[in-house]
Amino acid sequence: MTTLTKEAGAPVPADEGAFLSVRDLHVTFKTEDGPVRAVNGLSFDLQRGKTLGIVGESGSGKSVTNLTILGLHNPMFTTIEGDIVLDGKELTTARESELEKLRGNKVAMIFQDPLTALSPYYTVGRQIAEPYRKHTGASKQAAWDRAVEMLGKVGIPNPKARAKDYPHQFSGGMRQRAMIAMSLVCNPDLLIADEPTTALDVTVQAQILDLLKDLQREFGTAIIFITHDLGVISDMADDIMVMYAGNAVERGTVDEVLRSPQHPYTWGLLNSMPRIDSDLSAPLAPIPGAPPSLLNPPSGCRFHPRCTFAERVGGARCVTERPLLGPDRASACHLTAEQKRTIFVEEIKPRLG
Amino acid sequence: MKEDLVLPAPREATPESPGEPLLVAENLTKHFPIKGGFPIRRTVGAVQAVDGIDLTVHVGESFGLVGESGCGKSTTGRLITRLLEPTDGKILYRGQDITHAGRKQLAPIRSEIQMIFQDPYSSLNPRQTVGTIISGPMEINGINPPGGREKRVRELLEIVGLNPEHYNRFPHEFSGGQRQRIGVARALALEPKLIVADEPVSALDVSIQAQVVNLLQKVQDELGIAFLFIAHDLAVVRHFSQRVAVMYLGKVIEVGDRESIYTRPRHPYTHALLSAVPEVDVTGDGEGRRERIRLAGDVPSPIAPPSGCRFRTRCWKAQDKCAAEAPPLVQISGNRDGHLTACHFPEEPTIEAREEDIVLDPALAALEESD
Repeated sequence: MTTLTKEAGAPVPADEGAFLSVRDLHVTFKTEDGPVRAVNGLSFDLQRGKTLGIVGESGSGKSVTNLTILGLHNPMFTTIEGDIVLDGKELTTARESELEKLRGNKVAMIFQDPLTALSPYYTVGRQIAEPYRKHTGASKQAAWDRAVEMLGKVGIPNPKARAKDYPHQFSGGMRQRAMIAMSLVCNPDLLIADEPTTALDVTVQAQILDLLKDLQREFGTAIIFITHDLGVISDMADDIMVMYAGNAVERGTVDEVLRSPQHPYTWGLLNSMPRIDSDLSAPLAPIPGAPPSLLNPPSGCRFHPRCTFAERVGGARCVTERPLLGPDRASACHLTAEQKRTIFVEEIKPRLG
Repeated sequence: MKEDLVLPAPREATPESPGEPLLVAENLTKHFPIKGGFPIRRTVGAVQAVDGIDLTVHVGESFGLVGESGCGKSTTGRLITRLLEPTDGKILYRGQDITHAGRKQLAPIRSEIQMIFQDPYSSLNPRQTVGTIISGPMEINGINPPGGREKRVRELLEIVGLNPEHYNRFPHEFSGGQRQRIGVARALALEPKLIVADEPVSALDVSIQAQVVNLLQKVQDELGIAFLFIAHDLAVVRHFSQRVAVMYLGKVIEVGDRESIYTRPRHPYTHALLSAVPEVDVTGDGEGRRERIRLAGDVPSPIAPPSGCRFRTRCWKAQDKCAAEAPPLVQISGNRDGHLTACHFPEEPTIEAREEDIVLDPALAALEESD
């Protein structure tokens, strides 16, 4: 393990076995109002066949990170620093032609809104067949057969006929199934799912989530699952990374992060979310204030203006010094491990019921 | 942000006692015509958005309306506020029939039924200051509170937890959660008796959602305003509502007190809906595992809804009777008073895990079979 001396960077866990390694990633957008630091020193690893859940509110940088992996930002306005290594290959410096070979083949993505992600101009079957033809060089007929096969696999009834339909003829749930078919058509090693069920109804969401899990088992795909819903993440992920204002603030396995969380922001999320079996006598405990603007983020710990535990750290450490996120199970907070444990057990857990 | 409510002195002692019906909808129906044909366009069909529902909202009660998109819950909200003209049925407000009441007749009632909208970005006029937005309803209704409208607006801003100094700011200067607070302040401006809140928190971030839910709860408790709370998020509705109605394809399929609906549901659709809610298991003991039901496909089109029971095409218990006969919304034996279910073959009143999961989705079933 190497330790970075750079102040702003998180310590880098050197993980040779990881399939995807993101190290000290910084993404900055140029805007009229000044630079927006959307991602600020992010590091994580993903193993083959595993699911990493990234949870955070809007503007926390979770989508930006994943668009960066695919190289989908306009280089005119974006500065990317740090390393993204996929299967031994550096992506931040890769040429566009190399990325093109990767997208849809080794790495695929499912977007939030399937209606805008599908082209209204081509049939669903053709859109699914296209990446397959491009990446495998299959014939038109073979690619079409593959598209029909994939549609059947994701549960579109009568796939042979429905492949000839246009996206508007599909319902919302079916469109998202078609997106999943399209993303899995080349057997990708990594699937990035950016809020894939947020636009769907809850009964359809349950179907799609289970389908993704079952397909993952069959194909052995690694998944990065982005969502703001802790319920969905606890259902899907092996590991969780909680993001706030461009930083990862806590990471660990599902069990660790949801059942013994260590960061005040994670406590806040758990406490503010109504659950279907939560105690109704107590009002929800919201996180005070609103997420900060990334144009002018708070100094030190970015969560300190909203944190109710900052005074227990003592001094002005939270305002002046940015807490670092260690490797593996860790949380970026100045509270001592003992404090975190006692606060969670004595003050947070009883509220969760 | 200020969390204590500073309440204005009550306008008068409320004449109604809680528990009295405030708003009653009977056989409420809304069909949107579909026009087609050439050269003469005529009505070729109808979207049966709301198809004969009965609802009662009592004084000071919060009544939740849940369902998936397209089930008609928002249309119901708009019918009740008379923003849409009902095709059929009756709306009674405090015993007065307002189903087809004209503009003049409605004027005094409009001030008593207010609405909070889903999208805090499009429901506030970007050219008006917060002061103008909130005092708008008072101006229209010619209300001059003692001390002037501006004083009242400042009071309202304080009630909803905003800084009264922000009177002259524009909506774009506020965050999403703060804008929704402005929407709440506007709804409170006329001291309404009933607020129809259509998905008031679904556009907000998780940490902000709780702030607004708490605010609405405080307003409801302390000002005694009745709420019709429309949302798709079952956990939020459970948190906010004393009574809950579940809608499916334009019909109310189950209605009852919160506890009955969430722990002793009888309709298969309510079971499926509850089992589909993703749940954080914070204790990690896996105790009281919930049942798992995965339906197949999506909600059918409301243009040509299934005959009989509308849920039968996705129901695992459907029989011939379900296609022939629409089940009435009645109290099934074993249910509490006021817990009504529209089903010929109701489920057991429990949400515990079954011996065998119900998986109707063919792709899921096939994948799980091969495991």
